[in-house]
Amino acid sequence: MSLMHASSPQARAATSTGQVMRWVLLATLPGIATQAWFFGWGTLINVLSAAGAGVALEALVLRLRSRPLGLTLRDNSALVSGVLLGVSLPPFAPWWLILVGMVAAIVVAKQLFGGLGHNPFNPAMVGYALLLIAFPVPMTQWAAPHGLFGPDASSLGESLGYFLGLASPADAMTGATPLDAFKHKPQAVLASEFWAGEPLPPGTLNAWHSAALAWLAGGALLLFKRIISWHIPLSMLGAMVLIATLMMASDPSHHAGPLFHLLGGAAIFGAFFIATDPVSAATSRKGKLYYGAGIGVLVMVIRSLGTYPDAVAFAVLLMNFAVPFIDYYTQPRTYGHSRPNRGIKVKRIDDDEGAQ
Amino acid sequence: MAKASFPGGIHPPERKALSTRAPLVRAPLPRRVMLPLTQHIGAPAEPLVNVGQRVRTGEVIARAQGMISANVHASITGIVSAIEEHPVPHPSAAVGECRALCIVIDGESGNADEGHGELKQKDEWLRMPPLDWRSSDDATLIARLRESGVVGLGGAGFPSAVKAQVRQRHAIDTLIVNAAECEPYITADDMALRTYANDIIEGARLFARLAGAERILVGIEDNKPEAIGALRQVLKNQPDDGMLLVTLKEVATRYPSGGERQLVQLLTNREVPSLGLPADVGVLCHNPGTLLAALRAVRDGEPLISRIVTLTGEALARPGNVEARIGTPMHELLAFAGLQPERLAKLIMGGPMMGVTLDSTALPLVKTGNCLIAATSEELPPTPPEQPCIRCGACETACPASLLPQQLYWFSKGREHDKAELFNLFDCIECEACAYVCPSHIPLVQYYRASKNEIHAREHEAHRAEHARHRFEFRQARLAREEAEKQAKRQARSRQLKKPPPATSQPAGDDLQAQIKKLRIAQAAARAAVKKAEKTLARVSEPGQSGATDLDDLETQLATARENLQATDARLAAAQAQVQGTATNDQDTQPR
Ligand code: SF4
Ligand code: SF4
Repeated sequence: MSLMHASSPQARAATSTGQVMRWVLLATLPGIATQAWFFGWGTLINVLSAAGAGVALEALVLRLRSRPLGLTLRDNSALVSGVLLGVSLPPFAPWWLILVGMVAAIVVAKQLFGGLGHNPFNPAMVGYALLLIAFPVPMTQWAAPHGLFGPDASSLGESLGYFLGLASPADAMTGATPLDAFKHKPQAVLASEFWAGEPLPPGTLNAWHSAALAWLAGGALLLFKRIISWHIPLSMLGAMVLIATLMMASDPSHHAGPLFHLLGGAAIFGAFFIATDPVSAATSRKGKLYYGAGIGVLVMVIRSLGTYPDAVAFAVLLMNFAVPFIDYYTQPRTYGHSRPNRGIKVKRIDDDEGAQ
Repeated sequence: MAKASFPGGIHPPERKALSTRAPLVRAPLPRRVMLPLTQHIGAPAEPLVNVGQRVRTGEVIARAQGMISANVHASITGIVSAIEEHPVPHPSAAVGECRALCIVIDGESGNADEGHGELKQKDEWLRMPPLDWRSSDDATLIARLRESGVVGLGGAGFPSAVKAQVRQRHAIDTLIVNAAECEPYITADDMALRTYANDIIEGARLFARLAGAERILVGIEDNKPEAIGALRQVLKNQPDDGMLLVTLKEVATRYPSGGERQLVQLLTNREVPSLGLPADVGVLCHNPGTLLAALRAVRDGEPLISRIVTLTGEALARPGNVEARIGTPMHELLAFAGLQPERLAKLIMGGPMMGVTLDSTALPLVKTGNCLIAATSEELPPTPPEQPCIRCGACETACPASLLPQQLYWFSKGREHDKAELFNLFDCIECEACAYVCPSHIPLVQYYRASKNEIHAREHEAHRAEHARHRFEFRQARLAREEAEKQAKRQARSRQLKKPPPATSQPAGDDLQAQIKKLRIAQAAARAAVKKAEKTLARVSEPGQSGATDLDDLETQLATARENLQATDARLAAAQAQVQGTATNDQDTQPR
């Protein structure tokens, strides 16, 4: 009779990292579906190709690092990074754009730092930021909301053509994002006049709003399943609403309202799916509040003062830098201590001895 | 009182009903027992018997060495057949198996009725005289506890006699009976309360008196209605015992509400300070089994030779709780509970959270063994492979001590021990709640333990010279004591020969008085030093957090202080005898 030897605990909750990631994937479905519904086949092609590239690249690197494939691939984390980058890229993006983005995400940002759990930066956002800096033109050409099957919609075949680089979408097929358009509003034009001038292809705002609400539904699922905690989304969106409200209150003619900031871009998606990436976020619950709020503030600062219209990627990456610092200063108060430890002290002086 | 609570916690499947259906029974007498000399925290006991010697049930066979130690008693009647090393479960369950010196006793069979099947095994007792604790003084009771080898039966194995002297070190106002029993599967305390509620409360009163507590709180999880009913019954019928108030406190079922610190917080809303003891906030905790054993030791004169143990798991046909003799081989207990060997995949001592897997069923039951789980492979499946930490924070949410387990893991794994300490590694109670919920199946507590061990090892290294000096001082003190005693004896002998030593001429009398005065002062100082050393040792050893080498060192320091005290005692006695000798020249020495 040979008895099993195992380290404690002998009982474990029936969860696994792969399962956690599966829930994340599931929660992205409403968002992906809505985006595809409005912006066409390109979204789906992006998601599938990025996810495929993610898994393939991860397998490749693991092979090169001679690590076992099965266990790591089953954690589904490469798939998640691929899907998240895929939905962030403009529909009808060419294949090489996606590939470059995924190489940056999986190979550089994740595996070169040691793989899952060791990456200080959010892989999908590293990929996105790199593409935005290196290829600003294709990255800012979002699709016009022609839908999957509408009269103006690109067919699946045409979309694949754009993907393979056999053709490029006609001007009528593309359009700016609402944030982008508003950003380039001439100084002299008031906000109300700007919107009255129909600066975007018809239906654009509606499409963005619907997508944001779909991401919100997915986020609610994650919250409900306790895959994420409420701290980061709430503090990030809260900070954005607060700042947007203040700005609008100070000058309503040149600033968009909080609702526009929340629903007009990637804020909701970012708050629930990007900023909450546990690996690169702050650790403690209190730390997460600061971290989320920091992202919210940075998003608003970059949107109103910086050159990039949507700023979730940069804001997240910047706050990733701050995580170690936040972690040292937001330790919870441990049982039996009168106050929490703060900062980086190398060694506490043991005053227990002297008390005797 | 404000509703006190602790953060985090988990709700693993309880699986307690498995072992509560059958009533508590006595396990059959084992044919052979193996009694390890280390079934407690502290120094191993020292054997008093020889191979071939006949011992009776309840006889002391190994004596406590040093202050933190406990006697071991023969748990059956028979012949000592060996004193040798065997694999045994370690007293602190966290360590698992280890090898330790054991005294093996082969049972003796009586009335050899040939041809009548099984021989009846002899069980001849050697009991101590019964005591009525209400009319005995504290010193007698503590001596009795020390004599009977009672240790914390909840799993800690801390000698109860030391804990009973808490009054010398702390002011205690509350005694908590920790009947929460929050680990899944285990029902030993539950069944003990159902069967012996009266005795357990009586034991609590005994300890409350020794500690000077004003109230007794019985903390129990609300998933034990029968035990709660039994307690209610007892409390209703109890005669009013002066000032002492006994209150039953039900707490919601949540692991680890039975953690000492968590229960203190739940019941009294006080937090035990970091690295401190419940006694620091005026609380003393005891497990029901310990109280029962202590009461039996006092009232019935029965030393600790048996305990209640839960036998459970799906590989057993008849799971339940039994009262078994210490040292019984586990396979005998499991066979009694109907073990189906082909189904047994994992044997666990303790609960599924903090317990350890054992490699063999041949190990003996020890004082701290509260539960054996014979699990099938479907029941408690093998641990899935460890995956990277994704910093999901599930562990943080589960931690009852408000630690950041994921950070501790990170630092422990990276061997950044000072950072781990900064993140309060030593406040981790090793409850395993974090590892239970971790989706990456990381055995987090293993990492913490490794880190703690390394920190201890480093500290030990740093104090090595100091420890050596302490050992040297001890040898010096022993020599000095022996010399002093020898001299005293010589003087006494010479006085018996009625030949006053030449030094005691009349003018030397004043000198002697001055010397006695000096010796008195020295004696008081030596006594204080012993007290202080005892205090330090008790304090450091109880949480079970410090390395064995530290305890050894403290025991050495205590022994040194004791030698010094004895030496001064001897000198003083000699000097006093001399004075008396000179005064009433032909009186015998008075035993002082
Ligand atoms: S539960 Fe496990 S994976 Fe999640 S943060 Fe804690 S250690 Fe990491
Ligand atoms: S084992 Fe330690 S770190 Fe983990 S939950 Fe328990 S107290 Fe917290």
